[in-house]
Amino acid sequence: MDVPVSYYVVLSGIVFSIGLVGVLIRRNIIIILLSVELMLNATNINFVAFSSYLGNLSGQVFVFFALTVAAAEVAVGLAIIIALYRHSSSINIDDFRLLKW
Amino acid sequence: MGTFAFFYFAGIIVATAGMVVAFKNPIYSALALLVMFFHVAGLFVTLHAEFLAIIQILVYAGAILVLYLFVVMLLNLKREEHFHRQLLVGVFLGCVLFAEAVLLVLKGETTLGNSLPAADTSVELTRGNTESIGELLFSTYLFPFELASLILLVAMVGAVILTKKGILEVKN
Repeated sequence: MDVPVSYYVVLSGIVFSIGLVGVLIRRNIIIILLSVELMLNATNINFVAFSSYLGNLSGQVFVFFALTVAAAEVAVGLAIIIALYRHSSSINIDDFRLLKW
Repeated sequence: MGTFAFFYFAGIIVATAGMVVAFKNPIYSALALLVMFFHVAGLFVTLHAEFLAIIQILVYAGAILVLYLFVVMLLNLKREEHFHRQLLVGVFLGCVLFAEAVLLVLKGETTLGNSLPAADTSVELTRGNTESIGELLFSTYLFPFELASLILLVAMVGAVILTKKGILEVKN
């Protein structure tokens, strides 16, 4: 345990910021979902680091739940992407600017 | 040794995370994310979270990323030649967010370092990580655990319904 916990916080801050920038600057919806995965992983690193430093396993259980939500999000998100691609044969985010109503 | 391992894993994680965002070909992005997942799992091992490290590899690398690769290869994607025109704004916002996080950590450094009680690893060391997590999951967190199964069920039904033909298509 010779690495201070703040190092882990800074690492997860870097990864979270990269994920945020990815969501903002990419046009491909699949890459945007991958960037969301990056952000989820950043929070997971934080949870595990604090759980290990506090000697409390609840943080690791929370990572378990975050993983469940990530899996559900990927399933539904990719289904939506496939439906969108069938609808307009594009997954460029700029092509979907109009709401139906 | 621990410090060296941390900096190795952290360096690869940051580099591959940057590659995920920077690569123009979605397949390269997904493969960079795969490398990142493996190194996050390595970081979990150095933090004595062996169960989560295995779950990270099984679920993230084994299931989620394969799903991404299937979809990337299923859709006939063109290379994305340009980033979004709000590139500068996005990078600026990311830098601001990161600076905020670092400032908060620096400000809380004294409290963060001192107020943490000495790690009580005796439970995990004598009984093993997986056993402890399992017991916690089926006692304290039993209700959220059941709720997680419900979330997965809803996601599964939703994915089937959404990809069914004729849901989002224009009727003609």
